[in-house]
Amino acid sequence: MSKPKLAIYWASSCGGCDISILDIEEKILAVVDFFDLVFWPCAMDIKYDDVRAMEDKSITLTLFNGAIRTSENYELAELLRQKSVVLVAFGSCAGEGCIPALANFFNKDSILDYVYHKSPSLANGGGVEPQPEVQVPEGTITIPKFWNTVRSLDQVVEVDYYIPGCPPQSDQIVNAVMAVIDILQNNKPLPPKGTVLGATDKSCCDECPRERNIKKIKAFTRPFAKVTDPNLCLMEQGIVCLGPATRSGCGAKCVKAGMPCRGCYGLPSNINDQGAKMVSALASVIDSTDPEEIEQIINTIPDPLGTFYRFSMAGSLLRRVQV
Amino acid sequence: MSFEPRIVGFLCNWCSYTGADLAGTARMHYPPNVTSIRVMCSGRVDPAFILDAFRRGADGVLICGCHPGDCHYIEGNYKCMRRMPLTQLLLQQLGIDRNRMRLEWVSASEGGRFQEVITEFTEQIRALGPLKLHDYNFDPNAEEVHQHV
Ligand code: FES
Repeated sequence: MSKPKLAIYWASSCGGCDISILDIEEKILAVVDFFDLVFWPCAMDIKYDDVRAMEDKSITLTLFNGAIRTSENYELAELLRQKSVVLVAFGSCAGEGCIPALANFFNKDSILDYVYHKSPSLANGGGVEPQPEVQVPEGTITIPKFWNTVRSLDQVVEVDYYIPGCPPQSDQIVNAVMAVIDILQNNKPLPPKGTVLGATDKSCCDECPRERNIKKIKAFTRPFAKVTDPNLCLMEQGIVCLGPATRSGCGAKCVKAGMPCRGCYGLPSNINDQGAKMVSALASVIDSTDPEEIEQIINTIPDPLGTFYRFSMAGSLLRRVQV
Repeated sequence: MSFEPRIVGFLCNWCSYTGADLAGTARMHYPPNVTSIRVMCSGRVDPAFILDAFRRGADGVLICGCHPGDCHYIEGNYKCMRRMPLTQLLLQQLGIDRNRMRLEWVSASEGGRFQEVITEFTEQIRALGPLKLHDYNFDPNAEEVHQHV
């Protein structure tokens, strides 16, 4: 019997997700033992045409990382959807936009204008801007089109499962991939569509070892501006921590290391917007019933939008800033 | 046709909803632009409700609760009071005018005040114009979407 086929793709991403797959160390041998790796641009030389030539649904499992920000990302999302039985949104970018989706605070024109004309580190004497099509003596060359809005994978094609994280933690990748191997090997039923693999349903606070008491905050501060107590809840110390609005599964690594949770594991299933949840969470620790004082305390929160939606702008309720 | 604002109003059961009822039984006139949603307490209004209302086409969102100190659940309205300015700050950063959202205290006996609040807020939203969310839905036929590589 031929082996089940595995594909791994990166769309708009940093490559960290691919590295995290290598980070599963010797377990990678079990993966390539079980699967026939047919497509992984980061690690093997293969062309898009080779994928186009594959039969529909011939790839058993595709781990798709990266957000959808260009026509190329979209084309590959559609192509891999067509060729795969199971398509997994792997990592925060594919799941809810992640760092690439911070571009949704701006629009296409302002981004291109800044990058090609205004950025201080720029040397673009001719004021050149990339064109989707250009004529050269050898013919026409094209580059993908740049979208106005960054999308998550499930906004453009149907997604079967999600593995959250920026990047997903290697132990969780092992759990998820081994579970898939087990399912395929033993003909077990697949989990319901939309299941989040490699994480739990609770919030990051659930895994956090720090002690929680009653919170009474008069001002918020950035993590570097304060020496924090290693055993106390960071929120209680006036540090904005996204723990209450973030899915657990990472092992609360950041908070254990003294940094607040930044929200990379995305939304727990009972929440539909990280920003809205953070508004509630922060409002409940503010110690005041005087509107003016409340306003003052709120103004000490550094960049609410960028902090609350650092990883989930594309997947949030409003998806982008109105510009 | 002239623009008629669509406003979602979250009214707390114990004060503001009763206040709205009073305005009704007293036959007070006010603009019909507010769709009232009864919640048990202004503290029940999750900021996600507000974002969701805007997402689904509201031009304005009004939240009414008991006066501070009068909440049926003692401090629900203080919770609301702390959430709303932060929600407004977030809305502003999201490119939605913060004045599209308003928090007001209306007691069960203040039918007249309810009338005033609704009238004034409706006019405020009318002046701000319709809220159009840009580029919310993914359009697979849009020109930028396709280009073979
Ligand atoms: S019951 Fe009216 S605000 Fe709480």
